[in-house]
Amino acid sequence: MSQVIPIQKASAAGCGDAPVLRERGQREVFCGLTGIIWLHRKIQDAFFLVVGSRTCAHLIQSAAGVMIFAEPRFATAIIDERDLAGLADCNDELDRVVTRLLERRPEIKLLFLVGSCPSEVIKLDLSRAASRLSGRFSPDVRVLNYSGSGIETTFTQGEDACLASLVPSLPQAPATARPSLMVVGTLADVVEDQFIRLFQQFGFGSDHPSVRFFPPRSANDLAEIGPNTRFLLAQPFLADTARALEDRGAQRLAAPFPLGVEGTTAWLRAAADAFGVDAATFDKVTAAGRERAATALARHRVQLSGKSVFFFPDSQLEIPIARFLAREMNMQLVEVGTPYLHRQHLSEELDLLPAGTMLSEGQHVENQLDRCREARPDIVVCGLGLANPLEAEGMTTKWAIELVFTPIQGYDQAADLAELFARPLVRRMKLVA
Amino acid sequence: MQLTLWTYEGPPHVGAMRIATAMEGVHYVLHAPQGDTYADLLFTMIERLPKRPPVTYTTFQARDLGGDTAELFKTAAREAYERFKPQAMMVGASCTAELIQDDPGGLCKALDLPVPVVALELPSYQRKENWGASETFYQMVRALAGPNAPVPGTPKAERAAGARPRCNILGPSALGFRHRDDLREITGLLLQLGIDINVVAPLGATPADLARLGEAEFNVVLYPEIAALSASWLNRTFGQPATKTIPIGAGATRDFIREVAQLAGVDASAVLANADSRATWYAKSVDSTYLTNKRVFVFGDATHAVAAARVASQEMGFKVVGIGTYSREFAREVRDAAKLYDVDALISDDYLEIEARIAELRPELVLGTQMERHIAKRLGMPCAVISAPVHVQDFPARYSPQMGFEGACVLFDTWVHPLMMGLEEHLIGMFRGDFEFHEDAAPSHLGGHAEPRAASQPTAASLVAETAAATVAAAADTTTMAAATTTAAPWAPEAEKELRKIPFFVRGKARRNTERYAMERSITLITVEALYDAKAHFGS
Repeated sequence: MSQVIPIQKASAAGCGDAPVLRERGQREVFCGLTGIIWLHRKIQDAFFLVVGSRTCAHLIQSAAGVMIFAEPRFATAIIDERDLAGLADCNDELDRVVTRLLERRPEIKLLFLVGSCPSEVIKLDLSRAASRLSGRFSPDVRVLNYSGSGIETTFTQGEDACLASLVPSLPQAPATARPSLMVVGTLADVVEDQFIRLFQQFGFGSDHPSVRFFPPRSANDLAEIGPNTRFLLAQPFLADTARALEDRGAQRLAAPFPLGVEGTTAWLRAAADAFGVDAATFDKVTAAGRERAATALARHRVQLSGKSVFFFPDSQLEIPIARFLAREMNMQLVEVGTPYLHRQHLSEELDLLPAGTMLSEGQHVENQLDRCREARPDIVVCGLGLANPLEAEGMTTKWAIELVFTPIQGYDQAADLAELFARPLVRRMKLVA
Repeated sequence: MQLTLWTYEGPPHVGAMRIATAMEGVHYVLHAPQGDTYADLLFTMIERLPKRPPVTYTTFQARDLGGDTAELFKTAAREAYERFKPQAMMVGASCTAELIQDDPGGLCKALDLPVPVVALELPSYQRKENWGASETFYQMVRALAGPNAPVPGTPKAERAAGARPRCNILGPSALGFRHRDDLREITGLLLQLGIDINVVAPLGATPADLARLGEAEFNVVLYPEIAALSASWLNRTFGQPATKTIPIGAGATRDFIREVAQLAGVDASAVLANADSRATWYAKSVDSTYLTNKRVFVFGDATHAVAAARVASQEMGFKVVGIGTYSREFAREVRDAAKLYDVDALISDDYLEIEARIAELRPELVLGTQMERHIAKRLGMPCAVISAPVHVQDFPARYSPQMGFEGACVLFDTWVHPLMMGLEEHLIGMFRGDFEFHEDAAPSHLGGHAEPRAASQPTAASLVAETAAATVAAAADTTTMAAATTTAAPWAPEAEKELRKIPFFVRGKARRNTERYAMERSITLITVEALYDAKAHFGS
């Protein structure tokens, strides 16, 4: 049981082919349905209808924390006993529910039928349902489907499944189309706007290579895609979406993720290099952002430098964030857990991680808690189910979900990301004093 | 299939978790896929418990479905036993595991664990959280107290001379609405009456405690949603009668004291003579006269809704204009209560239906759950929360019971707080159209500034669309209402102006009554005279 924690030394070697502890057991993570919480805010005329159980409805409402919106753009069609007993044909029932919903909410342009554990287990074919309903309600409403079930998806993989289901709707760009850039993965509007400004200064724009964001803010605002499309992943959890885009001929630009100054610069540079932006322009455009971020980060480095951090798996953002904390904040990485490690998409990130970092994939929560208690890190990144119990044991924690819900990408959010880690430490010091 | 935006109750296995988490020395092994662990945060974040719920989830994945999920369950159960060494285990399935039919109970038997294992059958596609909690508690009580049941027909042992009467307190659980504080209040009351507490369950009880439930003379049932089933089994098995009165409000607390005293065979007159609630005096004080006949809508679990309606009517002097519950299992109790107030009970867990009823009734105060708090916020109505489903705000740091005499004071404060203060409301009545005192002004003690009613909407610009949608929906309602009265006479401008001077919360009613009055008398134009004629006719 006693797991030896390797003593880490930062070196230039990176973690490109470092061993990974793979574990199987209880996972203390959300399922993919949770992604609806931010996806429905992003695509402002889309509605997410979970086809599932009362548990699914309860999960989304509890994970959302507060019931903010009286009539939100998500709901659950709760499967009941009659549906299971075959008394009511599940498909007829689903059609009835969707019809009622669309009558009530005429502003909906895009409806996602979201599969859940129960709908997957009873093999309710939502893709057939989606095409049937699309036929009935087009052109007013497009109906798509994806699975956010816990038996197939972990937390942020729900976004991946959602975006992958949207890829076939993207119009085909002609082979002669000008090269264009697509930024893939949900970013807060404020972050998107900052990136748009930077890309414009690089020379992207209407007369130049265009830059589009996916998912779009409006369901009908879909960028064309084709062999001349280059895409840049803004989030590390988009394996299926990337594959679907590549199947349409688009090419992924390999890059670290835009977290911290280093990540943001390398991420922007990947786009700049692919579109022939010269080094001088690149430096000129990014200089102000880099400097602002460096100044802002210095304040938090005082708090964070030398502190140790332990990551429980949650969103797949763990590795890029760990890289930022280790390299820009000078923190010690005790263990970096991730629900799923996509070696290819994270290859640039892994190269940047200090050599010898202990990586773990999957989860056996009890074993991992044992390791964490033994290591007594200065700060633990974990889910909401573990945070207060660990605080009660005297550890300092950071809720992982906040790293997903808070804008943390880009230069002007780098310090916000650092502050998310500094605050619990400052708080503990203040309360003890 | 039921279209659900918000749900009042979780699935039944969450009810089982509330029992497991409330108890000590118990571990629950739940056959469930990844993601179902979200339920942990209900306890660690909403209730802010400093420990994880004692639950192990098997976390099966799609690729296991073709293989051996049963083996996965057995491994998880064995490991959980070895790690946590509970005195008793509960095993069961969540909604997805129910479909794959692995039979956790049977699998666990094969493991031959050296502790009692209670297998829970909680039909997820049929039942909900409170039912799950009730059924789980019942199964635990039966499994653990059952072996100590006397042979049927055995006469009950007499209490030893000089011994104090003993009772159990049943119902308090994890994630309950103020259960922690109610328990303290009621325990104090019982001790004051000279009654000892044998066992409190499920909150804080070990399996060994459940085994000695039969040693009490009677049971105090605080939350029938959770404990009524167990109490009725204990009555049949051990001959323990149970209390029926829910001690919420000063009057009900007095009734409860009398009922308990009778069951225990003690004299309560001294306790009753000294019992006094400040809330009773505050309600009598002249400053409270403005509360008279304030129209309230009450919604919650059955126990809290029925109790709140009684307090509202008898102790606050409000007028109950609607009552309802999401607990179908207790619909009868709520229907009976509704008769007392001459209203129809609303038995529904469809959030939209409840919203529509509140919009239609336009009460001056909503006593509901966190769901109704949101409805009320949207409709610009004051609201106080009286029942689960719970929210982090329902676990205040301070002592804040709902039950007993202190609870009555808490209710008085909590319900009056969202309203205008007495004098303030009089001023608004006097200066109806005044630029500072007007219907859209928020109560001055709640922030002071005149907030537009829509201010409760989230501020992000992206919400505009939703707000607009909501407005459209609300407008649609108004249209329907207007459509019903299209034949009504038009209003003269000065009558319309006069109507504006009537307090907003009765204005709609005044308009409808006047139009009805005009229609019945074939009045072609509603004048100021007609308005006041109608007012006189309908008696305000």
